[in-house]
Amino acid sequence: MNKVVFGSYVPVDSVLHRLDPRMKLLMCVWYVILVFFANSLWTSLWLLLGLGFAMVLSRVSFRQYWQGIRPLAWVIVITVVFQILFSSGGRVYWHWWIMSITHDGLVNSLIIFYRFMVIITASTVLTATTPTLRIADGLDWYMQPLKAIHVPVNQLTLMLSIALRFIPTIMDEAGKITNAQRSRGMNFHQGNLFQRVKHLVPVLIPLFVNSFKRAEDLATAMEARGYDPDSPRTHYRQLHWHGADNITLGLMVVLTVILFLIRGGVFALVSL
Amino acid sequence: MAQSAIVIKNVGFTYSAIAAHPALKDLNLTIEAGSFVGIVGHTGSGKSTLVSLIDGLTRPTSGTIQVGPVVVSANSSAKELAALRQHVGYVFQFPEQQLFAETVAEDIAFGPTNLGWSDDQIQQAVHDALDLVGLPQSMAQRSPFALSGGQMRRVAIAGVLAMRPAILILDEPTAGLDAASTNQLLANVAQLHAQGTTILLITHQMDQVAQYADQVVVMNQGHLVKAAPPQEIFADPDFLVANHLNLPAAVEINRQLRQVGVELPPTMKMADLADRLAARLGGQKNE
Repeated sequence: MNKVVFGSYVPVDSVLHRLDPRMKLLMCVWYVILVFFANSLWTSLWLLLGLGFAMVLSRVSFRQYWQGIRPLAWVIVITVVFQILFSSGGRVYWHWWIMSITHDGLVNSLIIFYRFMVIITASTVLTATTPTLRIADGLDWYMQPLKAIHVPVNQLTLMLSIALRFIPTIMDEAGKITNAQRSRGMNFHQGNLFQRVKHLVPVLIPLFVNSFKRAEDLATAMEARGYDPDSPRTHYRQLHWHGADNITLGLMVVLTVILFLIRGGVFALVSL
Repeated sequence: MAQSAIVIKNVGFTYSAIAAHPALKDLNLTIEAGSFVGIVGHTGSGKSTLVSLIDGLTRPTSGTIQVGPVVVSANSSAKELAALRQHVGYVFQFPEQQLFAETVAEDIAFGPTNLGWSDDQIQQAVHDALDLVGLPQSMAQRSPFALSGGQMRRVAIAGVLAMRPAILILDEPTAGLDAASTNQLLANVAQLHAQGTTILLITHQMDQVAQYADQVVVMNQGHLVKAAPPQEIFADPDFLVANHLNLPAAVEINRQLRQVGVELPPTMKMADLADRLAARLGGQKNE
């Protein structure tokens, strides 16, 4: 209940929390693109510094971020190990069968590890400081131009909002059903893999049945209140672009310019 | 001397380390075997948490819970908790939302199968459970999803009864049912109780407590405020108000009659009240 999960919102008051979700979305995507331009130790450190600054501004503790990212650590570790063992080039340090540890392999895996970590952390900063529905609102705004080519933007973002809205409800219900079946003597941690998969049936079937029922009820309730998918929609949650958003935009430009200056070796020349 | 079915000693429970308030605080309770206990209290008072501890779905943070021969504490293994569940049947709120099998019989057989019973025993259990909840045997081969809401609920309850629990927990079993289904379900529960099952009934309906329970447990904000017979609990209007509880209809009517000068002995059941009122008016019983 109170566990920090990957992608969950942390309700504290900070500069970052108050930013316009459109700015934060832009910032996140922009940052992820910048990560792929980092090609040296100094450029990587510079971007890490920028991320650290945002994390401090968010007033969400590093421990909480770590809790959110930790479940993904295994994926990252496995990817990095594969990268180390199965890539070739440069000096060979160790070799066995089809596996080898080489200089290039080590460098590449380090780069992949770095990119993985900062990208996941950056998106966690976005989700920790922005409620999911606000992110959906931001996306809605960015997708408006697509209406010109007849993309049903409103319906898409409504679908997204509803899906996000019901994640906690469904998680809650999954817990309840699991408990009910446990109290009827089901033991989840018994038997081989096949039997364990079979144990999911008494949980998943009620979960699906209830979700379909709820979806139908929701659709009926929306229609009863006059929802028309094709009519123009207004929003209860308005998006406001403040001065702080302009400043953030400016900081992102500064971050980018300095990144490319380091990349182009300008600072190396100066120090010479 | 009746045997104790459940002994709860100094039990505390907190949902997570960072939760501000514990869900249960230093709770002590003894429930005699064969009793009918009503558990009442405001929403969020800890009723459901208490019964899920009795069913071994979670471990207490502190203290011990003894159900029959099994004792669990904060350090108990998953196996010990599972042993607890063998003695206890727990009918969740809206149990019809947990049906999953293709036929009614298969769904009811789920519990006994998990307990490792033989095929004959399972068939007998399914047969008996359908009888207990008042469903015809012909329903066994139908899909549970094709039944009415009330029938689905009875199938789900049958699924718990099929395990023949010595202790049966019911969390708001009549929520959303019409009056006829409610009465039938409660009559079934009373019948089980008469056959020796210990019943724990969580409800917001004080009438059900007054009618059936021989002991009432009042919960408020994680504390057990009082455990006493219904006559004692419902005799104190101030206590009920302080714990967000209503008076049962029989007690309320009796109180209002007294205000207009009609003195009748206190009673918990509407039928008794009606009889006494009729006798007072010079009529016969069950008129």
